[in-house]
Amino acid sequence: MVRGSGPLASPQKLRSYPSYRGGEGMAAWAFHRISGIGVWLFIILHVIDIWLIGANPEAYDFLGQIYSSPPGRVAETLLGAALFYHALNGMRIVVMDFWPALTAYHRQLWRIVWIVFFAIGLPGAYIILKPIWEVAG
Amino acid sequence: MSAPRYSLSGRPRPTGSTVDLYVWYAVRLSSLALFVLALAHFAMTHFVFDPADQSAEWVRQTRWNSVALRALDWGMLMAVLVHGFLGMRTVLQDYVPSRVRSLSLGALYLLALILFVLGTQVVIALPFD
Repeated sequence: MVRGSGPLASPQKLRSYPSYRGGEGMAAWAFHRISGIGVWLFIILHVIDIWLIGANPEAYDFLGQIYSSPPGRVAETLLGAALFYHALNGMRIVVMDFWPALTAYHRQLWRIVWIVFFAIGLPGAYIILKPIWEVAG
Repeated sequence: MSAPRYSLSGRPRPTGSTVDLYVWYAVRLSSLALFVLALAHFAMTHFVFDPADQSAEWVRQTRWNSVALRALDWGMLMAVLVHGFLGMRTVLQDYVPSRVRSLSLGALYLLALILFVLGTQVVIALPFD
């Protein structure tokens, strides 16, 4: 078993809720679950706000002003980070699920996830946040 | 203790229940669609355009002024509902006590149905300009 990322091996340590034994595998899983729940919560809001385009366009435009305000842009950046991590790590999971031999490289795959995350995410965050200081300045 | 609930990558392919096996595949297949659709959608709404420019009128006149674009967004909604709500089914099954499990799953599926109705309604009923 690979250190720090396998399923609980010892029955004495089994708990009633899912858990890993630490390390990259556990962090990758915890981030995946937290980001997934966060994106899911936004999806509920997002379907309702798109529905408002037909039902109450003024309310939609008001929400749009909140989304494009400085706090809204910070929240959108966090949303984008959650979505992007979940997407990249999700592909890591799918790759390992369908090509199990690659689980031997799960830690390297996780590092690739973070390299892509920051290489694309940092410029992306800059684009989303830029209007804050353009308006302020 | 039977088979481990988690593998190195995530949840191992279920072996005990046909429903769980279909859910397992549905989450992964929808993830492939969403990797393209959801990331492209986020890039379009935040990098190509800015949220400040996307009023209800703009969506009606530009973004949704073709059946194809509406169908694409509706397809993304379907993938999101499958992926998000089956994912939350797994989360609830992990954490919710068994005595309220079916109640919480029922509430989850009801919420999915409501979002399906709202999303489908606006995609179909919003007038074309």
